[in-house]
Amino acid sequence: MGSRDFDEGGPAVRAPLRKTASHGLKIVIVGGFGVGKTTMVGSVSEIQPLSTEEIMTEASRGIDDDSQVLQKSTTTVAFDFGRITLDARNVLYLFGAPGQERFWYLWDQLFSGSLGAVVLVDTRRLKDSWYAVDRLEFHKMPFVVAVNRFDGSHPSLERVRAALSLSGDVPMVDCDARRRESSKNVLITLVRYLTDLSAQQPVKETVP
Amino acid sequence: MNPRPIDRETPDRLYTVTGGRRLGDDDPFDLVSLVVSERDPVPGMQSEHARILRICQNPTAVAEISAYLDLPISVVKILLRDLLDTGSVTVRAPAMVSKNGSYLPDHEMLKQVLVGLQRL
Repeated sequence: MGSRDFDEGGPAVRAPLRKTASHGLKIVIVGGFGVGKTTMVGSVSEIQPLSTEEIMTEASRGIDDDSQVLQKSTTTVAFDFGRITLDARNVLYLFGAPGQERFWYLWDQLFSGSLGAVVLVDTRRLKDSWYAVDRLEFHKMPFVVAVNRFDGSHPSLERVRAALSLSGDVPMVDCDARRRESSKNVLITLVRYLTDLSAQQPVKETVP
Repeated sequence: MNPRPIDRETPDRLYTVTGGRRLGDDDPFDLVSLVVSERDPVPGMQSEHARILRICQNPTAVAEISAYLDLPISVVKILLRDLLDTGSVTVRAPAMVSKNGSYLPDHEMLKQVLVGLQRL
């Protein structure tokens, strides 16, 4: 994104939150490049998706006193996000997370404390999703799987479930990330699932 | 890194903005912490600090501040820390904070989220 001047109330601050907003919440949409993460964020967000980035300092991990080392090993990971005002207090932020390997080094730093995640799947590139599923399980982050049908591909959800080795209790849903109602339905599927999980813990039971 | 003329953006600019400082371990800011200004910018203030105070006249998430300033999250957090330490901003912590990676969902809060989404 280019530099902007917000001192004059430029376009990106024209939708400030209400003064009463007090609780920020986050949901992460994980998927490979081009799968439609930003499209999904944009279809339900009340603001134009914004872009931000974080610095990764791989090689300087554990070395905290040498700025030259930091400088040499610094890369940035960019991600988009949008926003939904839920009520007077609660504001939900949706982050589109690139699924590639290096990104997961930043997971704890950025996305610990998320309510949950959506794995957005392109059935032509299931391998990308398999890695995301693996990492989310590792981080104990509850998730649902949404299959983006924008291209008309039609392997059944059960075939996708088998291909991703998903356990039976992970909800799956078809979607068209371009459509607001469809993306909204994905988020509702996730939050219903989370609500069920929170109601049944710590005892493990099957949700009817 | 190839040294280039002075219009180069990073990391020199980032170094200048933060004075070369790093984020400590006691980071009080989450990506979705909402930041609120408690005072107006004053003359002579570092320009990034002044911009944050203007942006945060309404509650604004750390991620949004980062996007508006076009600066990485951790750099913004360092700037926010300065403002927090001088009482220039306050922070509204996220509704859910996970400690030690444990997942502790609040059932009532999730129901509020569900209602909010269904109303969209």
